[in-house]
Amino acid sequence: MPALPRFAVIGLALWATLALAEPDPLDSARWGDMRAQLFAAEATVVFDPRVSVTGPLTAEDSMNVPIAVDATALPEVVEVLVFADFNPITKVLAFRPKTARPELAFRIKLQQSSPVRAAARTADGVWHVGGTWVITTGGGCTVPSTGSASPEWQRRLNEVSGRIWSRPEGNRVRLRIIHPMDTGLAASIPAFYIEQLAITDGQQRVLMEIDAFEPVSENPLFTLDLPPTVTDLASVQITGRDNNGNKVNAQVER
Amino acid sequence: MKRLLALLALIAVHATAAGFDYALAPRQIAPDTWVLEGAQEDFSFANGGRIVNTAFVVTDAGVVVIDSGPSRQYGEQTVAAIARITDQPIVKVWITHHHPDHFLGNQAFAPKTLGALARTLTDIETDGKAFNENMFRLVGDAMRDTEVVVPTEALVAGIIEIGGHRFELLALDGHTAGDLAVLDHTTGVLFAGDLVFHDRTPTTPHATIARWLDSLDVLEARPFKHIVPGHGPVAADAGPIRQTRDYLKWLDGLLTQSAAAGLDMTEVMRLPLPKIFRQLAVIDAEFPRSVSHLYPAAEEGALHVSSHPVTH
Repeated sequence: MPALPRFAVIGLALWATLALAEPDPLDSARWGDMRAQLFAAEATVVFDPRVSVTGPLTAEDSMNVPIAVDATALPEVVEVLVFADFNPITKVLAFRPKTARPELAFRIKLQQSSPVRAAARTADGVWHVGGTWVITTGGGCTVPSTGSASPEWQRRLNEVSGRIWSRPEGNRVRLRIIHPMDTGLAASIPAFYIEQLAITDGQQRVLMEIDAFEPVSENPLFTLDLPPTVTDLASVQITGRDNNGNKVNAQVER
Repeated sequence: MKRLLALLALIAVHATAAGFDYALAPRQIAPDTWVLEGAQEDFSFANGGRIVNTAFVVTDAGVVVIDSGPSRQYGEQTVAAIARITDQPIVKVWITHHHPDHFLGNQAFAPKTLGALARTLTDIETDGKAFNENMFRLVGDAMRDTEVVVPTEALVAGIIEIGGHRFELLALDGHTAGDLAVLDHTTGVLFAGDLVFHDRTPTTPHATIARWLDSLDVLEARPFKHIVPGHGPVAADAGPIRQTRDYLKWLDGLLTQSAAAGLDMTEVMRLPLPKIFRQLAVIDAEFPRSVSHLYPAAEEGALHVSSHPVTH
């Protein structure tokens, strides 16, 4: 059997490796770990500029870094996973847009400067990854919540405030939930955070499902946009629970 | 061996001598009154934290210093700069508020000379250490050996006569919870601290805008001939007060309107800025910082607490 010269074999192998390992546009030393930890080995994961993550270049408050994820340029987004490579807890949240547009804004805690990324899974099973670097002096994940030092959250735990806005491009919903969202990384304060939320309209139609993790900021505030096809939105209902089994259950009127 | 020792000694001398040179050149703006004007920049390794205006008044009974600056070396170089102008001792160092660029030079002065409003003393005690650590990250080696010194004297509003100068201490707030302004009635110089910024975007990490606007009205009503803002050039009229007021009113209105319109914080940070404010130094950095500080309260005001929890 005619054997290929050894250098050709090595060359082919090298070419295959390079072609498969698409370079990380954010050039993060942690990307390999993220790929391995958060996605199945056989999953197709591609960097895609159609997934945008907007945040401040420099975060003034590492406990409240505003982030907006927009995957509306992709067709048929099923789920979006948001993560921060250099956070001690990398997973920030996941959302399934259901009826809502595949975009969500919220605030997160960052322990140090890190890429903040969103991976949007389309109906074909492909994960499309976009992201941005956020610079911060950090410490956001190992600091106690202000709620943990004040009795106020105990009276108001899981209290929801919100509002619905009519806009030409569709309704916007903003929801804020009183919760300490403690990460468990501050001494003697166990992890205590909202895990699941579902936002539905008056007809019990699910607008969006959100799985939150510890890095979501204290008193989470979510901004959702709905397509113009969702009309007559007089109120939304928000239900869910935290990791201690406390329920979120509220209705926000227009 | 001798040569090696000599070389080591030389290195040692060089290492101790090498510090950050702020090249402080006091500029006289009125009789007995000098200002050390800082750069209209953010903190950087290049400016060593010298983004602030400090000042001193040479009276017949000693020198009164307004703010000690961002670092121990800045304080020490201020003392040296004063000594080049007068033989008078430094008798008072008045700290306008608890932000790090205004008080971290305290180590260079005799503790008994240091004074600030009572609220400022408390806030330096609470926040001082974290500010100092953050300053090391922001400006680096210029902070070498800087430690927090809490002033001893709690100042109160009123008139103090020192060596022929009639100083009026104004106990105000709004930029922080304790903002001292000093009017020297003898020369007509108003040392406004960070209640007034000039051609430099105001900073808001501890601001209460409504209180700040009230304090600006108090300052504008005082009889002054020169105003020394906390940041930006000295002026001979109320222009800097009006500019600060205009910016704060615009900022407050913008945040309230944006929250009422349902904008997310990331959207507010990217709003186009009016031309008059785009001319302010470091607006591109300070405006998003202010959104981060102040927008959450505006949002809270715009959201309705759910009054109809649904029970299953």
